Amino acid sequence: MNTKAILEVKDLHAWFGNTEAVKGVSLSAAYNAVTAIIGPSGCGKSTFIRCLNRLHEELPGAYATGHVLIENIDIYDKKVDPVSIRRKVGMVFQKPNPFPSLSIFDNVVAGLKLAGVKRQSTLKEIAEQSLLSAALWSEVKDKLHAPGTSLSGGQQQRLCIARALAVEPTVLLMDEPTSALDPISTAKIEELMTELRKKVTIVIVTHNMQQAARISDQTAFFLSGELIEFGETSQVFTAPQKEQTERYITGRFG
Amino acid sequence: MNHTVLTEHMTKKYQQRKITNRVMIGLLASASCIALIPLLSIFIYVLAQGLPGLNLNFFTQLPQPIGETGGGMANSIMGTLTLILTASLFGIVWGVGTGLFLSEYPPGRLSNVVRFSADLLSSIPSIIIGLFVYTLIVIPMRRFSLLAGAVALGIIMIPTLARSTEELLRRVPVHVREAGLALGLPRWKVILRIVLLGNSRAISTGIILAIARVSGETAPLLFTSFNNQYWQRGIDQPTSSLPVQIYTYAISPYEDWHQQAWTGALILVSLVFMMNMMTRYLLSPRRSSK
Repeated sequence: MNTKAILEVKDLHAWFGNTEAVKGVSLSAAYNAVTAIIGPSGCGKSTFIRCLNRLHEELPGAYATGHVLIENIDIYDKKVDPVSIRRKVGMVFQKPNPFPSLSIFDNVVAGLKLAGVKRQSTLKEIAEQSLLSAALWSEVKDKLHAPGTSLSGGQQQRLCIARALAVEPTVLLMDEPTSALDPISTAKIEELMTELRKKVTIVIVTHNMQQAARISDQTAFFLSGELIEFGETSQVFTAPQKEQTERYITGRFG
Repeated sequence: MNHTVLTEHMTKKYQQRKITNRVMIGLLASASCIALIPLLSIFIYVLAQGLPGLNLNFFTQLPQPIGETGGGMANSIMGTLTLILTASLFGIVWGVGTGLFLSEYPPGRLSNVVRFSADLLSSIPSIIIGLFVYTLIVIPMRRFSLLAGAVALGIIMIPTLARSTEELLRRVPVHVREAGLALGLPRWKVILRIVLLGNSRAISTGIILAIARVSGETAPLLFTSFNNQYWQRGIDQPTSSLPVQIYTYAISPYEDWHQQAWTGALILVSLVFMMNMMTRYLLSPRRSSK
């Protein structure tokens, strides 16, 4: 495993109008590492990862300051186009959100097709590859032209993962990707992540601490917009350095 | 003892409420039926008056000069269709575009002004819009024209379309747009290709309803596209249209023109009826589940 940092966050602040939701967070992630972000609701963890592909600023009144380096390029540099950043940093959302009225196939290749890739053979090849990587191919290969919304919730979420993978991102952000799914679909996605990490660097927000413990290499604990503790997952869960972390992971919080 | 009295009392109350409920439902049902009477009577009357004059000539021939019998409204039917088509060309783009602006861009003073203006515009009597186009196009061009009529109808389409498009697109969840943005697509592409095309069926019902609304407009056409007894000769020439032709024939003193007017009315009503049926078909659950 390459240990060089692919993702480096330095002093990141995120705002909604006058409210500061993320208050100066710095952390870094190595190539192909899985980083889990945990913390109570409203602690700024979703806002934090939405800053990593500059999606946060798309909300009215929202903006962010600081530096986020991805492969040594500061995505908050004035010369950088946020649209180009989002091709390198894919995202999977809390609720499965396939594009309505698009087929399974068109959902997967939407990013490429709308970016101007026209060759059917290329699109077919990438669709198959992405669906294989998202562990969905065998379930949908005979109905690629059925609507994406006809799949079950867990399948829709894997479809969204395939869609994100199709543009070949280097970093994959996952914002509570399993919180709307049943335990079996959750297990499938967790299993899938252990495969995905070979190709992409994953940052995952989760409410489920067992999930964080199972799948991540390093864990960041957020509280009220601040990064309280950041370290190896095993260390954060077995020997937390901060009292707040310990209280949260043992369920004695609040 | 006390207990039975209470139960008896409650049973009585319950019976009363059941009766009140029945009476109220009956009243509401009859009110709804009464509301249907004008619609049905118009339909039946137009059908009864219009059918006798309905023949192939009506669709293929030009109006005959006064005194001669026969002839048809072929030029008016064509005229109405060309007017609608030309009006749609810019009315749809403008109206849907305005709706997109209202739903997709952050609320601000401009969007409030636009929304308020659209609401005002939709309540302006259509004859005023006709007058506006008269001074805007007819006077400078020094003649009535298809173009002027189409512009008047197009302007009437804009506010309805803008508001229906806005309402429809507001129902598209934010996370669908975010999914598009997160794929590295520019905002305009997300809006056009995912939000708009993804809801094209709902948008097209809005478009059909707007067209149905303008296809019967008469007042703004009286002094914009005017009328013409011949085939349409160009976009800068006056054109016949069904509503204006119906109006002209209906107020004439000739018996056979009255017949023609009724038949024209039947065609116009059927046209609007068909467009409304089309929206029902487009929005039917059988199709949306596909």
